[in-house]
Amino acid sequence: MRKLMLIWLLLLPVLLPARAAEVPGETGDEVQSVAEEEAQGLDMNEYLFGHISDAYEWHITTINEHEIVIPLPCIVIENGVHVFTLHHAAENGYTLNENGKLVNAQTGKRPIDISITKNVLGLMIDSILLVVLILLCARWYRKHDVLKEKPTGLAALLEPVIVMIEQDVIKDAVGPEYKRFSPYLLTAFFFILINNLMGIFPVFPGGANITGNIAVTGVLALFTFLMVNLFGDKHYWKDILWPDVPIFLKAIPIMPVIEIMGMFTKPFSLMIRLFANMLAGHIMLLSVIALIFLSAALGPVLNGSLTVIAALFGIFLDCLELLVAFLQAYVFTMLSAVFIGLAHQKPAHETN
Amino acid sequence: MSLITPDFGLLFWMVVIFGLVFFILAKFGFPIITNAVQKRSDHIADSLKAADEAQARLAGMAEEQARMIEETRLEQSRILKEASEVRAGIIAQAREEAQQEAAKLLEHAKVEIAAERESAIRDIRRQVAMISVEVAEKIVRKDLGEDGGQLALIDRLVDEASQAQIPN
Repeated sequence: MRKLMLIWLLLLPVLLPARAAEVPGETGDEVQSVAEEEAQGLDMNEYLFGHISDAYEWHITTINEHEIVIPLPCIVIENGVHVFTLHHAAENGYTLNENGKLVNAQTGKRPIDISITKNVLGLMIDSILLVVLILLCARWYRKHDVLKEKPTGLAALLEPVIVMIEQDVIKDAVGPEYKRFSPYLLTAFFFILINNLMGIFPVFPGGANITGNIAVTGVLALFTFLMVNLFGDKHYWKDILWPDVPIFLKAIPIMPVIEIMGMFTKPFSLMIRLFANMLAGHIMLLSVIALIFLSAALGPVLNGSLTVIAALFGIFLDCLELLVAFLQAYVFTMLSAVFIGLAHQKPAHETN
Repeated sequence: MSLITPDFGLLFWMVVIFGLVFFILAKFGFPIITNAVQKRSDHIADSLKAADEAQARLAGMAEEQARMIEETRLEQSRILKEASEVRAGIIAQAREEAQQEAAKLLEHAKVEIAAERESAIRDIRRQVAMISVEVAEKIVRKDLGEDGGQLALIDRLVDEASQAQIPN
C-alpha cells in the first residue's frame, strides 16, 4: 500500500502538467506563471540577482502580470534630504544605474544613499523579532524564581540554546573573563541565527538575503574586530608588536607586520565565511528551483520529472540550509570567542 | 560586482540596527537570563554539596549511634553488676544485723527470764513462807488446846526448821 502511494506520488507531478496543458483555463496561478515564464523565457541572471541582491522595494510575487510589491522609502542625502519611493525616483531627479543603485540623473553620481532597502527592512523586522523574543525570555526570568520553577514556554525553548552557547562555546573559548563578552557573543549568535533562518523562509517577512550580504557580515566582523582589539590586554599587543621570536625577525619588522595583518584577516575571514556560505546557500536553492522553470521548454514529461527532482532536492537543500543557518551562526560566535580569548591569553611561560 | 561591494546605506543601517539590538539585549536581555541560569546552576551545585555533606554527617551519626549503643550496653551491664553486688551486700549486712539483733534479744530475754524466775521464786518463797506461817498459826492454835501436843509440836517445828535450813 505504501509503495503504491509512493509511486502515485512520484507520478503525480509528471501527470499534472500534462493535464494542465490540456485545460489551461482551470489551472492555478502557479502553473499560469510557469506558462508565462515559458513564454518569456527565464532570465536567469535577473532571477538570481533579483533574489539575492538588495532592492529599493520588496517584490513579493507577480500574479497575472500584477506585481505585488511593498514600496520602501528611498532616502538620499544630496543638497538636503530627499525621501521618495522608487516609483517617484525620476520626479526627484534620480535614476537607477546598471547595478540597480540610485544615481543622480544629471551627473550620474552616487549620492549618499541611506534608503530603507529590502535588506534594511528585513534587518529591522528580524531585529524587532529577536529583541521581542529575548526580552520576553528575560521577562520570564525577572518574574519567576529560577530556584523554585523550571522555565516554561519561550524561556524553556531559548534557555538550552543560550546555555549551550555560553557554557560550551563562550566560556571555553574566552576563558575566565567570559562574562564580559558573553552579551556581545550571544547577541551576535542570535542575530545571525534569526537572520539566517528568516532568509530561508521564502515569503514576505523572510526571504531577504541579509546575512548573504557583505555589508551585513562586514559590520558583524567589524564589531568582533572592535571587541577583540579594544579589550585586548598588554600581552596581546606585545605578541603583535614585539613577539617572542629571534631578534632579526623583529628588527626588520617581519613578524609585527604579519601579526598586524593577522589582526585584520581574522575578522575578514569571518565576514567572507558567513557572507559566502549564506549567499551560496541561497544561490543553490534558487538554482534548483529554477530547474523547474528552465525545463518547462523541454516538454511535460521531462519537466515533470525534473520538477520532482528539483522539489526533492529543494527539500534536501532547505534542510541543509537549516543546518547551515545554525552552523554559521555557531561558527561565527565560536571564532569570535576564540579571537577574543586569544587577546586575553596569558603567555604560556607565565601560566606555568 | 555589486555582490562584494558593501553598500554604504546598508552599512549605515546595519551599524545602527545591530548597535541598537546589541545595546538592548546586552542591557536588558542576556545578562538577566545568564545570571538567572548561573544562579540556578550555583544553587544546584551548592545543594549537591550540601546533600553530600549531610550524607557524610548522617553516616557519622550512625557510627556515633552504634558507639553510643555499645557504650550504653556496657554501662548497663556495669550498673547491673554493681546493683547485684550492692544487693548481695545489703542482704548480707541485713542478715548479720538481724542475727546480731536476734542474739541481743535472746540475750536480753534470757536475762529477763532469769530475773523473772528469780523474782517468781522469791515471790513463791515469800508466799510459801506466809502460807507456812498461816498454816503454822492454824496448827499452833489447834494444837495448843491439847496438852501433850504442845511439846510435840515444838519439837517437830524445830526439826523442820532445822531441816529446812540445810538446803538453803
